[in-house]
Formats: sequence, structure tokens, C-alpha cells
Amino acid sequence: MTSNQVLSEVEYNVVGKRPVRPDGVDKVTGRARYGDDTNLTGTLQAKVLRSPHPHARIKSIDTSKAEAFPGVKAVITAKDLPFGSLSKDELGGDYTALKFASDHMMASDKVLFKGHPVAAVAAVNGHVAQSAMGLIEVEYEVLDSIVDVREAMKPGATLLHDELRTNDMGETSDKPSNIATHMSYETGDLAKGFADADLVMEKEFTTATVHQGYIEPHNTTAFWNSDGQLNIWTSTQGSFQVRATVSNILRLPVSQVKVTPMEIGGGFGGKITAYLDAICAVLSKKTGTPVKALMSRTEVFEASGPAPASWMRVKIGVKNNGKMTAVETAMAMDAGAYPGSPVMQAIVCAFACYDVENGKVDGYDVVVNKPKSAAYRAPGAPQAAFAVESLIDEICRELKLDPIDFRLLNAAKEGTRRIEGLVARKIGLVECLEAARDHDHYKSKIEKGTGRGVACGYWPNRGFQSSVVMTVNYDGVVSLIMGSVDIGGTRASIAQQAAETLGIAYEDVKPAVVDTDSIGYTFITGGSRTSFATGLAAISAAEDVKQQMISRAAKIWDASEDDIEFVAGMISHKSDEALKLSFKDLARQTASTGGSISGRSSVDPTGEGNGHAVHIADVVVDQETGKTDVTRFTAIQDAGKAVHPSYVEGQMQGGAVQGIGWALNEEYFFDDTGKMLNSSFLDYRMPTALDLPMIDTVIVEVANPGHPYGVRGVGEASICPPMAAVANAVTGATGHRILSLPITPGKILEAGWENGKS
Amino acid sequence: MATVTQVQTTLNGEVINFLCEPRQSLLECLRDVLGMTGTKEGCNDGNCGACTVIMDGRIVNSCLVLGVEAAGSELTTIEGMASPEGLHPLQQSFLENAALQCGICTPGFLLASKGLLDQEPDADEGRIRHWLAGNLCRCTGYDKIVRAVLQVSKAK
Repeated sequence: MTSNQVLSEVEYNVVGKRPVRPDGVDKVTGRARYGDDTNLTGTLQAKVLRSPHPHARIKSIDTSKAEAFPGVKAVITAKDLPFGSLSKDELGGDYTALKFASDHMMASDKVLFKGHPVAAVAAVNGHVAQSAMGLIEVEYEVLDSIVDVREAMKPGATLLHDELRTNDMGETSDKPSNIATHMSYETGDLAKGFADADLVMEKEFTTATVHQGYIEPHNTTAFWNSDGQLNIWTSTQGSFQVRATVSNILRLPVSQVKVTPMEIGGGFGGKITAYLDAICAVLSKKTGTPVKALMSRTEVFEASGPAPASWMRVKIGVKNNGKMTAVETAMAMDAGAYPGSPVMQAIVCAFACYDVENGKVDGYDVVVNKPKSAAYRAPGAPQAAFAVESLIDEICRELKLDPIDFRLLNAAKEGTRRIEGLVARKIGLVECLEAARDHDHYKSKIEKGTGRGVACGYWPNRGFQSSVVMTVNYDGVVSLIMGSVDIGGTRASIAQQAAETLGIAYEDVKPAVVDTDSIGYTFITGGSRTSFATGLAAISAAEDVKQQMISRAAKIWDASEDDIEFVAGMISHKSDEALKLSFKDLARQTASTGGSISGRSSVDPTGEGNGHAVHIADVVVDQETGKTDVTRFTAIQDAGKAVHPSYVEGQMQGGAVQGIGWALNEEYFFDDTGKMLNSSFLDYRMPTALDLPMIDTVIVEVANPGHPYGVRGVGEASICPPMAAVANAVTGATGHRILSLPITPGKILEAGWENGKS
Repeated sequence: MATVTQVQTTLNGEVINFLCEPRQSLLECLRDVLGMTGTKEGCNDGNCGACTVIMDGRIVNSCLVLGVEAAGSELTTIEGMASPEGLHPLQQSFLENAALQCGICTPGFLLASKGLLDQEPDADEGRIRHWLAGNLCRCTGYDKIVRAVLQVSKAK
């Protein structure tokens, strides 16, 4: 039977327990308000007209027929945006950066991917807006397009941007190029490291474009009030990020934009970018009424954040005992239409699990005629882990080494200096590998016809700014407000940390997520940072409350604050045992001792603890059809301290399953010109309940010294190992090494035919 | 403006009337005409199950049913699942088992699960996985959802 284990060393009263989440009842009764549930009086519906061509020059746009269509209230093109209507001097700032941001939202001169917005219509309802869109006449000059990342890097390749110059290790090239950035890190003596090796193996890997696959499409409602205040209600991972994007594109001071984050129906990095907000804002300004937009699923696939396709060459040298002597990789990722792929994280994470003296990593950020790529859970790291962990598996097979023993021999530990120069803090990779080695799954016999694969993964986790304010009510219940959007249970994990610090019950903390006018700057919910960084803000705000409670007690008892302590929810005089008040008793007296108590904190922590995960996958491959079924899967991860173990397990299971989809099924099919051919959930095949076994979990807890309860982030490391774990299992089952994702039935059958084994 | 039709239907036990255009889906009628936003839109083409409702005892994707087709039918939506006495056992089980993360697919999963257990109170894991294959969840990997439904099922 399947199981969920927590390997805890430290127990707390509230942290580490599994209470029902505060927003739970609203979410099981349909009461929770998601972005598209916003309905202001008089709201118009917007639809966005998108380019049918992956690469074309816009020669003209005629919106007159659409504007005359009954029920249409406004039509906009890029000419209605500051970038299209103001001069370079009037715009100010970094012209190219603004052009990229504004053009990405709505193209002014060229369209760079199929689905690129060129115009938008606001009408009395969506059907009218849709009909009117068909009346907009756009004349295009279709250009050659480029889809493959390696083709795009070649000299003489079709160029997307005349203004793009390569930033090559800080030097700017003089000719335009599709390569936006080349970055590189090196340590030790690479030539000597490979010369010292008994075995050197090198292979090339590729991965396909995939989508985050959140179930809720992008949506927004904007209302530009007549006093100039712009209000936005949207589904986003970062309300302050939306504010920044909108104020940048519309050239508004940030204080003129208020963003209210509604409940969010999944993001995985894909809801950091603001796609619709500025469009609806301009339509609202033109009409004087609220304007709402909701993407169709096709628009979500064609015009919002896929994760980049990648090409990766990996070379590893090892001694016969498995000790790694040198590693090298070059990785190129397609950023899509505008620069910004996560290739930096890919090369930094590639070998981060290993302690190796000599190494070199190179990364290339390349533009192609695809939608601009967006973050997707541990952006860049999963592709890199697929390549590196697959090659390590080949080495283990060649040298007949146990894959976990190999990784234990080479594992990074506290003090390991990585290739880019950072020294690892206290990390739990060894503990995760040991938990994998000792797990019933790994010890179980591999049945005939089954393949077993192991892989590990790394994600640094993030800190960044978070703000929390908490108010003590007269009944002793604490209202906690924060800027971090709750995408998967962080109201609970933040409330637990606050309650633990205050020594009160979990039920006595009521968390709320508020708008950008109501709380201090808070970075996105992403980077596996929220339970760590916003948790720290909550702890610090709770400490602020405790100090104020102590001074109130000092007032009541006419004592010195130094003589009073706050322990486990009790405020007591250190020497006079009779003077003692519970948190609730003192809360009742706040009105008579100076008024309500509010604690507050804004933090920008740098003590994030790196995350590691190890996955074990068993697969069976149908010899006739090449179809792979995952029959057993175990996910092991260092959480530092699991604040709410159920939601930590959920992150581990969710990441594992997204990775299984990435490994076996998911990919964008493009035609030669870059048109996506499978932009629906029917044809872009994500895993269903029927495709999967239960996902066993082991939470390892190696406390992060940068957090009082030892918390690390947990959201992302879980998507790094599964592709290689599945690929390695497929090799175990079939004898074939598939070097490209996804590992489709066709690829497995073809590998069999080539080897003459089928 | 397109012509509108009056539709009479039983929604969560109450007989109601609403006006809709022939081209409006039941999903659109529920959300935009009746203001019942608990039923969610994920794809609007029948592939994700977020808009699942129970119609005359069968689960349907409300994006694939026209509003006018609801005439004379009995509908259950997420708003009709709890009672004044409390949550439906499936709702309670989803809460206790942390069977939701973002929650956008949850109403659809709850209605689909109810549709299954109403007909097959002792559905086992295999049956649950098969039945729920029409509902996509991207957050949980389904593990905790399947466990939550199993807890309510009489199959042990």
C-alpha cells in the first residue's frame, strides 16, 4: 500500500500539523471569488484579435467596420497605447525594454508569434465582441519564421528583432542576432578533469515546448475611474507585478494603479506575466465602464507562457568508482518572441546536486517565433535535470554502479562550491538520497518487464520582499493581512507560523490576502518563497505584537517591560507569579490601555534554504504499442520543516505529475512556420487520474538555519527529477535511451526498430 | 440583439425561470445570466470538466449543453451540494484530505464524484480514477482527490 512519511526531528504546537485551510469551505462550496467571478455593474466584455501568422509585418489595420457593429463600445490597437502614440522623448526610460513590453501586450509593427495581439474589442457581451473581431481588417506582409532554437542561433538566420544585440558575457555585439544573451561559468581545470577520468560520456538532449497547464484561463477586469484611478481585479501570482507591468506600459505612477488579487486557479509561474490587464484598462478608459476579458483555452496555449524548448549537450567524466572528475554543458533555450528564457537557472541548477572540482557551463537565451516563454515551476531546472540525470544513468549502467550509491558518492553537501561560485549552505540532498535508498520502493524487487529509474533535482528557492500586518481583536483573535497570493494553501501555512510564534491556536489567526493599496510591497507567489519569506514576515510581525503586549502588561501592572516575558501565549511577570495574563485576557484590555494593537513587518530575507528532491519511478512499457505506464512512483524531498505536511505532499505530488506529463505526453506541435497545431486540452495531453498511480511521498526535514522553524521552499524542486526518473525507468524497461522529451510511444518503437530488437 | 427564450428548470431543488439566447451554453447561463459563479470555466470545449454539473442524474460538461436544453430538467450545481445542516460528506472529505490546492477544478470534481457515488456508493480506486478521467487537475497529481473520494465511498 502507498504511504506518506514525514521524517521529523523537531515538533511544534501548530507548525507541522494539518489543519483545514482557512479558505477551504469557500473553495468546496463554490463561494470563493476567482478573477472571472468579478462582475461589476455595467461590465463590458473584451476579446483580443490575434495574429494568424508567426512572423509578419503589420501593414495596416482597419477597425472601422468593427467599431460600427451594434453593441461594440470601443476598439483599440497599439496606436492607443503610450508606446504607439508618444515620442521617444515623451516616453522616457529604456526605449527597447518598453517596446518589448508594450509590443508583447499588443504588437505595433511586427507580429512575432501566432496569437500575438493586434487589436481588442469591448462590447456588450462576448458574442458581440467575437463577431465584431471578424470585421477588423489587418493587412500583413508575411515573413519567414524561425522555430528551432539551434537554427535561430546560426549566422544568417531570419531575425526577429532588428534592435536585438547579443550580450555576450557583458560585451554587446555590433550585429543584430537572435541570441539575446550568452552566459558562462567555469571552475577548476576542465582539461585536466576530463584527462583524469576513466570514462567520459557526452550526449545531446532536447525537450519540447510545454505549457504550465493551469485550469483557470487568464482573466482580468479593469475600471479606469473618472478620477484617474485605475482598478484591476485579476488572477495573478503577483498583484504588485501586475501593478508594475501596467504602470510601465501605460506610463502611470504605481500609486495610480490598484490591483486586487482574486483567487487564482493555478499558475505554476505562468501567471506572473500580465497579458490582459493593460488592454482592458485602455478599453475601460475609452468607454468609461469596467471591461473584463477571459482568454479561451486556445489563447492560453498560443499566447501565454509556455516553458521553453531546449537543446542541451552534456559531458561528464568519472573515475571507475563513479567519482566525477569534470562536467561540462552547453544549453540553449528558446525564449519565444522576446528575450528572457530561464537558461541562466538551467545552467546554474544543472550540476548543483554534485560536488565536482572541474566544470564549465554555457547558456544561450535565443528568440524564436513562438509565444514569449514564461516561468514554469523551477524555470530552466527541469530541462537541465533531464539531460544531466539521464547521462548519469547511462554512466551508472556502463560502470554497473547503483544509481543512488553514485549520487551519494558525488552529492553536494554544506560547503560544496558550485560552478557559478556559490557555496552550498546546510542542505539535505544526502538525507534525501538515504531516504530513497532505504525506502520500501527502492528495496522492492523489480518485476520482469518493469523498469526502475532514479533521479535527483535542485532548486535554490527564493527570498525577496514580503509584508504582513496583524491586528489583535478584543476577543484575542488575530487578523492577519498579507500581499502574498494564496495559490495552494499559504493562508494556512502563514497562519500556522503566526499562531506558533504567538503561542495561540491556529483557529485564532484569520488570514486575508489584500490589494496593493492595503499592504506593503510583496513579491510574487513563486520561487518557492511564500511559506519561507512571507512566513518570516508573519513571525516578525508576531514578535512586534508580542512586544506591544508586553508593554501593555507593563502599563497594567505598573512594572518594567524588562521584568515581563511572553511565553507560549502567556504574558507573565518574571518574579511575581500572581501577575499573569493569557493572550485573550490581555487582548480584552487593549481598549483601556491605549487602543488596538497592530504588529507589522516587511522583510527581504536572504536566508533561503536550497531545495532537493529525489524521485523513484517504476514503468511498464507495452512492447506492441510503445506506451509507457507509470506503475509506482515515490517522491522524496527536503522541506526543511513542513509547515502543513499535507500541502507539502501536495506540492511534491503535483510537481511529480506535471513532470510525468512532461516526460511522456506533453508537447506543442508546431508546423514548419511555428503555428501551434494542438491548442486544446484534448490534443495537448496532460495526465488524468486514470494515467497515474498514487504518488508516495517522504518529507525529509533538514532544518534551514535561515528560518526559525527551519522552513525551506517546497513548490519547485519536485518538478526537476521526474523526467529523468521516468526516462531512466524506460531505459530499464526497454534498453533504449530516449534523448528527447516527450518519450512518446513512437520514439520508443523507433528506437527498437533501429536497434533491431523490436 | 438575438432573440431570447424563456427556460424553466429545476436548479438545486428550486423551480426557476431564466432568459437566454439560443447560442448561450448552460455554463454561460449559470455564470452570466444567473450569477452562479461556482461552476467554473476551464476550456469551454468539454475537455477539462471544471464546469461539471449534474443534469437529470448524469454528469455533464455544462459548456457542452445549451441553456435552452436545460428546459424541464433537474440540475445540481456546486451551490446545491451543501445543506443548512452542513457540508456534503465529499466536501468535508476534500477539506480534511487537502484534496485541493488552487481550487478551480474542485467544484467540477465534487459534482463528478457525487455523480459517481450516487450511482455506485462502493466505487473502488480503479473505478474512481476511471470516472474522474474527464476532470483535469493540474495542482494535486490526483492522489489526494482519489483518497478523498475513497474515504466517502463504502468500498474499503
